[in-house]
Amino acid sequence: MLGEGIVRGLAETARNFLGSFVSKERLTTVQFPEERLPQAEAARDFPFLVYDGEDWQAGMRCVACQICEKECPPKCIFIEKSKDKKPDALGRAQFYPARFDIDVSVCMSCQICVEVCPFEAIKMDTAFELSTDDRFGGLLWDRQKLALSDAHYHAIHPTDAAHTDELLAAEKAKAEARTKAAVAKASPAPMPQPPAPAAANEP
Amino acid sequence: MTETIDQIFVILKHWLVGHVPTAVEPIVSELLSVVPIILLFPLLFALITVMERKGLGRIQNRYGPNRVGPCGILQPIADGIKTLTKENIVPHSADKVVHLLAPLLLVMATFLGYAVLPVGRNMVAANMDAGVLFFFAVGSMTELSVFMAGWSSRNKYSLLGAMRAIAQMISYEVPLILSSVTVIMAAGTLSTVSIVEQQSGYTGIFPHWFVFTPWGFAGFVLFMIAATAESNRSPFDLPEGESELIAGYYTEYSGFKFALFFLAEYLGMMSISGMAITLFLGGWAAPLSFLTWIPSYLWFFGKLFFFIAGFIWIRGTLPRLRMDQLMNFAWKFMLPMALINLVTAGVWRFMPTGILRWLVCSAMVVAPYVLLGRGFMLGKRLEKRTYRFAD
Ligand code: SF4
Ligand code: SF4
Repeated sequence: MLGEGIVRGLAETARNFLGSFVSKERLTTVQFPEERLPQAEAARDFPFLVYDGEDWQAGMRCVACQICEKECPPKCIFIEKSKDKKPDALGRAQFYPARFDIDVSVCMSCQICVEVCPFEAIKMDTAFELSTDDRFGGLLWDRQKLALSDAHYHAIHPTDAAHTDELLAAEKAKAEARTKAAVAKASPAPMPQPPAPAAANEP
Repeated sequence: MTETIDQIFVILKHWLVGHVPTAVEPIVSELLSVVPIILLFPLLFALITVMERKGLGRIQNRYGPNRVGPCGILQPIADGIKTLTKENIVPHSADKVVHLLAPLLLVMATFLGYAVLPVGRNMVAANMDAGVLFFFAVGSMTELSVFMAGWSSRNKYSLLGAMRAIAQMISYEVPLILSSVTVIMAAGTLSTVSIVEQQSGYTGIFPHWFVFTPWGFAGFVLFMIAATAESNRSPFDLPEGESELIAGYYTEYSGFKFALFFLAEYLGMMSISGMAITLFLGGWAAPLSFLTWIPSYLWFFGKLFFFIAGFIWIRGTLPRLRMDQLMNFAWKFMLPMALINLVTAGVWRFMPTGILRWLVCSAMVVAPYVLLGRGFMLGKRLEKRTYRFAD
């Protein structure tokens, strides 16, 4: 009969209405700032620069090779290479970024910078509550803001970080073996300059 | 004591009017009737918007707004501030004057309807002899303003929305008025105040409301369906169907003018609910004779609350109708039912009181409903739709 469907529909909505007051499972909304769902391990949004040890300037892995700057599709990385050199994690003297800016308002979180970096120096962070009242300056992050410790990297992406550590350890071992070989070949001569990092990274 | 509480606003008004010079007395008296209406109903509108959003949320198993103030009750203030601070955009080629006047006229027209609604015993702004007629007359002014809005915007969506609105409102005005004519026939008066007074008696503990008669019940249902269409509420919200027309006739409105359209929609919903209460549900009369100690205005607003809740419930349930369904429903179902209902009311009037009258009149309501309903459903085929130009 006419109107039957309407009555049935009304009953259905009434059941939903009342049900939402008695059963918590019906209300699937997560009340965000108070309640949070755990983030997926692979979550990512903006890049950060990894440093080892305590001091962010001394431990910074980045050697200002500018590969990421060139690869970044929207061109949101700006790097200024240092004039002098500082020792890196392996004790070799390396350049370091005198300036390293990422404009996060332009960054599209593609992770390409992470993929191309040969030094495992740049990784993706998971912090997402980044709103600021300064539209330009507040979203242009300099190297100090970008620098985050290796411990932080381990905390947010444990699997990835373990893998990175393995790679770095393997590289270190390779570098040490090469140094040893070089020392063995020309023992009286002083320790030669270590090979170019890009070359060292080649498998 | 009960009497005093019931009449407290009337007494207050008389007391206040007594303090002003005789020359300005009529004006002050009118102001004291009008200002509360203008303050109270927009306030109710604000409350209803939260209620609606929370109610619809619950129907869809969501929380609804719950951030501004305790339980989100201050949400309308936030909304109000937002709409007030928004830029007022008027299209370049719009008819500026008409574009500005349309929302104002709409709100004014809906407010005028409240003049004849008795919200409590002796509480009516204007006790007119032709109150019901006045109500429907100013009610149809809304059509003019809707068309003004649609036409002056110079936007095809606005115009389409306005045309839909006009077609819908005019079609549904016929059953709306015809179904209320039954009450006018039974009451023998057009004055809203005397219509309510005629329903305020009791048999035993049960009231003499018109809705408790076969023709009254049918008239009430028809009236409410038509009222939903008149106030452009879902499922009759084609004029502003956002999925196809953006926002219908108020597509080109922004900021406070947009808020005025919203206000008018809710005010219209409330005033037509108030009219339904007045005509069929005994206005401010208590539903059971031993409840008369509760002030009359509380009864009126209590009933209004139920109507609003019903509107929200319907909105949360039914999908929007198609234009042809809408028109078919108005002219092939509502109109014949309303006409038959008129006859039923006449038969009821002239048959002697008793069980036979009930049987005959109930049959006169139910039989056409079943038959018309069957005829109406006959053409409805639920099958896979084929599109002529699909391939
Ligand atoms: S994530 Fe992509 S867009 Fe962002 S800085 Fe890295 S390369 Fe550029
Ligand atoms: S590719 Fe890595 S090492 Fe090179 S500049 Fe970018 S972050 Fe630094």
